[in-house]
Amino acid sequence: MSEIVNVDVKLGVNKFHVDEGHPHVILKDNPDMNEYRKLVNACPAGLYKLEDDSSIRFDSAGCLECGTCKFLCGETILEKWEYPRGTFGIEYRYG
Amino acid sequence: MSEESFDAIIVGAGLAGCVAAYVLAKEGADVLVIERGNFAGSKNMTGGRLYAHSLEKIIPGFAKEAPIERKVTKEKVTFLTDDTGVTLDYHNGREQNSTQESYTLLRGDFDQWLMGKAEEVGAQFITGIRVEEILTQDGKVIGVKADGDELTAKSVILAEGVNPILGEQLGMVKRVKGDVMAVGAKELIELPQEVIQDRFNVSKDEGCAWLFAGSPANGLMGGGFIYTNKNSVSLGIVCGLHDIGSSSKTVPQMLEDFKNHAMIKPLIEGGKLLEYSGHVVPEAGINMVPKLVDDGVLIAGDAAGFCLNLGYTVRGMDLAIASGEAAAKAVLAAREKNDFSAEGLSSYQTLLEDSFIMKDLKLYKDLPAFMETPRIFNQYPKMVADIMQSMFTVDGTPSQPIRKTLMKHCKEVGYMNLIKDGIKGVTSI
Repeated sequence: MSEIVNVDVKLGVNKFHVDEGHPHVILKDNPDMNEYRKLVNACPAGLYKLEDDSSIRFDSAGCLECGTCKFLCGETILEKWEYPRGTFGIEYRYG
Repeated sequence: MSEESFDAIIVGAGLAGCVAAYVLAKEGADVLVIERGNFAGSKNMTGGRLYAHSLEKIIPGFAKEAPIERKVTKEKVTFLTDDTGVTLDYHNGREQNSTQESYTLLRGDFDQWLMGKAEEVGAQFITGIRVEEILTQDGKVIGVKADGDELTAKSVILAEGVNPILGEQLGMVKRVKGDVMAVGAKELIELPQEVIQDRFNVSKDEGCAWLFAGSPANGLMGGGFIYTNKNSVSLGIVCGLHDIGSSSKTVPQMLEDFKNHAMIKPLIEGGKLLEYSGHVVPEAGINMVPKLVDDGVLIAGDAAGFCLNLGYTVRGMDLAIASGEAAAKAVLAAREKNDFSAEGLSSYQTLLEDSFIMKDLKLYKDLPAFMETPRIFNQYPKMVADIMQSMFTVDGTPSQPIRKTLMKHCKEVGYMNLIKDGIKGVTSI
């Protein structure tokens, strides 16, 4: 039953207008790993990644703007959480 | 700063915002809606079901012209473990009046239609502009700052959704802890109309709403859902964030495993992914409702925490619509008296208190805490599956009285737990 999910493939069918050079979510340097793990588990877009060598990799492109990481870690390991500028970000065609 | 001043500026063209604009404009008020997405609905998602009553009162017969998908006539609730499923299946073939009906829908189409209705009666919309800041003067809200421009208004309705950044900025919304929220992830899967009708046993315009408790959320609070649309199904999970740090699965993995469950997989076989979406669900009930009115400002919809999750029904959109209407009526009353202070807008609070919104939120105030009982999502689905297996397995071993079989499985959960959860459950609904 358990097949490892590839979220990037799913995000690939979505329509995004990426605001290059203006990330709307910024992670603090050297974030607390317990907090980070919450986001690894919770982010529906799987943007908070843990590499095999247990280093972290985060990129806000592909963000669904759901707000989960803000609610969970907005006060602990997120430097900034705002909505993308007007017209940018996810564009749900169906919703 | 512009001299012209709107009666109301509404932030967000979701259901609360569009309805508020419609009600206001219909009465001749000067109203502007600002939406950061490229069109109404482009930032919104839903599990997929609208209870019609609140919109039906505002736009009677709306379902005949609105882009709805299917009328829900089948309700299913399944207790799911990794390898079993026990389903309660209800077909409603009874005549219902239009306020009792419910529909599956997709927000991209629906919100654009609703915005069109508001435009028809004179509301103005700007899309693709993000409101960065609420302007205040002497503690009173006087407008918004969007894309560097300042726009003034006698009142501002914040219908900005579940993540109310502007409400927080004003100090009206206290940021709730993540652990009282839930996250939803959904796939929209395309399937031919006939295939949907065959697999879900529904006729041409009729649809099925199906909720799953148990394994979809990996034992955490939450569950799965499937709503049938015309040419697609909305399939997703909702997972409480309470214990997410220690979950053995990620949210996307939960959704994937749900899709691959032996009970679900045949339903979506051959389907094509059209869209993948995610959203926070405000599940804390009345405990997260913010300060709703202040000088020159009102908060409506998800931003106000108006959501009811009773396990077997999940509601947000009908509350958003009714709260948008109430906010509009309060602004109209304030306009009459030319008093847009908190006092002048206070009929909003009264309208909400007298409506199903606050009455239901109060009635179910203990439910969010009850839903955190992990047994509901772990032991009980297993218990009913074990009972079913005992009942339906015939292997030649001498039969036991059903009473004994039942008691054996209840004992595994613990009689005291059953009684405790039973009482707690019954008193919270």
